[in-house]
Amino acid sequence: MNFFDHKSINARMKIRVIVNLFAKIIFFAAMMFGLFILGVLLYRIVSQGIGYLDLQFLQSLPSRKPEQAGVYTALIGSVLLMAVVAPVSLLLGVATAIYLEEYAKDNRFTAFIKVNISNLAGVPSIVFGLLGLTVFVRALALGTSVLAAGLTMSLLVLPIIIVAAQEALKAVPASLREASYAMGATKWQTIVRIVLPVAIPGILTGGILALSRAIGETAPLVVLGLPLFLAYLPKSIFDLFTVLPMQIYNWTGRPQEEFHSLAAAGIIVLLILLLFMNFLAVLIRNKFQKRY
Amino acid sequence: MLLILLCFRMGVIELAIQNVNSLSIQKLIEEKKKNHNTAGIIEKFIPMILLLAAVVSVLTTIGTVLTLIFETITFFQTVSILEFLTTKKWYPFSETEGTFGILPLVLGTLKVTFIAIIVSIPIGLTSAIYLSEYATERTRRIIKPILEVLAGIPTIVYGFFALTFVTPLLREIIPGLELFNALSPGIVIGIMITPMIASLSEDALVSVPNSMREGAFALGATKFEVALKVVLPAAISGIISSIVLAISRAIGETMIVAIAGGSTPNVDWNVTNSIQTMTAYIVQVSQGDAGYGTTIYYSIYAVGMTLFIFTLIMNLIAQYISRRFREEYE
Amino acid sequence: MTITLVSPQIEVMKMDSIQEKNIVYQTSQLNLWYGEKHALKNINLDILENEVTAIIGPSGCGKSTYLKILNRMIELVQGVKITGEILYRNRNILDRSYQVEELRTKVGMVFQKPNPFPKSIYENVAYGPKIHGIRDKKVLEQIVEKSLRSAALWDEVKDRLNQNAYSLSGGQQQRLCIARCLAIEPDVILMDEPTSALDPISTLKIEELVKELKKEYSIIIVTHNMQQAARISNKTAFFLNGEVIEFAPTSKIFSNPKDKRTEDYITGRFG
Repeated sequence: MNFFDHKSINARMKIRVIVNLFAKIIFFAAMMFGLFILGVLLYRIVSQGIGYLDLQFLQSLPSRKPEQAGVYTALIGSVLLMAVVAPVSLLLGVATAIYLEEYAKDNRFTAFIKVNISNLAGVPSIVFGLLGLTVFVRALALGTSVLAAGLTMSLLVLPIIIVAAQEALKAVPASLREASYAMGATKWQTIVRIVLPVAIPGILTGGILALSRAIGETAPLVVLGLPLFLAYLPKSIFDLFTVLPMQIYNWTGRPQEEFHSLAAAGIIVLLILLLFMNFLAVLIRNKFQKRY
Repeated sequence: MLLILLCFRMGVIELAIQNVNSLSIQKLIEEKKKNHNTAGIIEKFIPMILLLAAVVSVLTTIGTVLTLIFETITFFQTVSILEFLTTKKWYPFSETEGTFGILPLVLGTLKVTFIAIIVSIPIGLTSAIYLSEYATERTRRIIKPILEVLAGIPTIVYGFFALTFVTPLLREIIPGLELFNALSPGIVIGIMITPMIASLSEDALVSVPNSMREGAFALGATKFEVALKVVLPAAISGIISSIVLAISRAIGETMIVAIAGGSTPNVDWNVTNSIQTMTAYIVQVSQGDAGYGTTIYYSIYAVGMTLFIFTLIMNLIAQYISRRFREEYE
Repeated sequence: MTITLVSPQIEVMKMDSIQEKNIVYQTSQLNLWYGEKHALKNINLDILENEVTAIIGPSGCGKSTYLKILNRMIELVQGVKITGEILYRNRNILDRSYQVEELRTKVGMVFQKPNPFPKSIYENVAYGPKIHGIRDKKVLEQIVEKSLRSAALWDEVKDRLNQNAYSLSGGQQQRLCIARCLAIEPDVILMDEPTSALDPISTLKIEELVKELKKEYSIIIVTHNMQQAARISNKTAFFLNGEVIEFAPTSKIFSNPKDKRTEDYITGRFG
């Protein structure tokens, strides 16, 4: 008795192969379509904004007249914000990661911290704005300052840095730790002299990606009450300020076409900043490629 | 006598420095140990300091929850919880007395999220399958970083794109479309979360061991059949949790809807009208000059609380799925 | 006064030449569990000064586990329970009051795979002295040179001390790890299959080195390679399923084993 009718199998084979080819083409087309849309997005923005992008644009204060307006205050504000976010979030994030990876015992409390961090990563950024508004702006009376916004943003990107630093610490081979312990080194000596130096590229890469998230974030800052229009520079981290995304938001919200072009130019500046940071991250990753 | 002993001891070190062969490292180490009692103290206190840092993340969560709860309670002292949950009208800026029914805002959020999901799932998933099953190693190496960079584009950029490009384009096609509507931000949020779905799903697909594919290929299956009947089912939990996470992102998305969605809370299922989402409402109030302590001020916390609960549920579902159905291949 | 001071020393020296060598490690009634698994069963072993003691046995027999107890590296593994006693120079190392860092300063270790730190050759060797508080540059330079000479690596690396340790070959890396270990002048050196990742020529060099080092150090070496044990060790312990089957002078183990299982293993009937 013959279970297989080879003729019909062969006949179906042709269809199956065609379906396969067809599927491959469709999958590829879908992916390319996605990339195409994103290409259109970038093209639109660049073509609309490039005309307004010059040195004057970078050096001018915002103005009601489109041809005189610039991103100077916003750019300085973004840099100041990063000056607060970078040290605060890196310090807290790396310390937390070291605690979790090197010291924490495998108990419920540790599990709770870990679950908490992954949940924190999923909280919408605007909710962090509400937290910052209540705690930093009002309760601690920091006002709508660089410091209040910086602390809010630090908490927002903290989970990203913690997870990146944890991964980097995990990737340090156990053999290096063992070698250090076997020399009579203490735990902290081993962490500072062996583990951290090896993990630093990974930590930095994660840190830069976290900062690039912070630099483009808008929603929490709106909630904190950052001004859409600010024609002077903050003198210290306790002063009122504005940032690049807020300035873009302001221009986008205006009906006149000229302001939209200004917004596009602002976006180009923001994207170049982000591209530069990503480039830096890749550079660090390549420079310190694993050698052990 | 003591002095002589001391001199002798110094002599040992001196000698050690002069002559390699008589160098006693263990003795040197002994010497140093007496001077370094701080080491033990450091070893003791470092874990505590690190723990304090770790607690900050817990405090952030507690702070967020407490903030939302307290301010929401204050809000419910002027507006009844029943009105908040059941009234179908969100009209807070009335001169005399506002109406606070959350439903229109929730509906606005859901409309946008729904559109985003319809746009992003097909493109995201097919891209993931193409990358993991069909693409060459070289293509993957090029596309993956691009996806990561795209996932990092600030949402304000997408908002600008929605208002200045997608909306005008859609209005050419759909005559009745208002300037502010649900369709355009929905589509753009979909575009925004596509790289996320593609990247996370691809991770899930790639982690399916090759031995499973080989088993099916050896029976004469085509790539399509292997992808659809072997790899996809094996990676389904990872894929679903990536979609749930993307939904959570869409629900919490703010700037795109604030820019292109409008500020008219609606209760219908029409996607061509101006709408308002929960996030957009918070933005609207934050930008306006609703004074501290007014009912409107507290209303953003009640809305924030609702939003927080929605996303928390989504995140918990995603975590549950990926933990409960974690693929064990060994 | 001078006479009374000198005379006991002479006596000690005499006794030394007549009596056996000092005991470094005295293991008695040692048991170890990994969770439920009884991995070491009632181990009793005395290890002597300035000898090479080889530990042989098939995979999973507990030989590496035993080695890791000797400098308490076993503590890095979770869920381990140990009973019994190991005296190192007459002090029980399993006692909680025995500071583990102090023990490891006296007992160095060389691992299966070379594991230099991703630092320069110089920094690798200077690591031990530095963590123990020696910061004087001149002293450090001398220690590095001395250790590298003792590890028979000095001539090969003296011109590139600042290069990354990973620029060395596998065999050189392992000798660097030995030099790193020598830099704190340990009393005992534990070696966990130090040549298993190396080519035959590098293996030979390490073996030569071990023979040289035993003049000044006590060495305990775990090895998979029976010929290696025969070539370099004074005593050999044969482990099987967590038990010491036989412990005797190496020549005796290989020429005239008492236990049938030892004979079977050595003649290659299993393992």
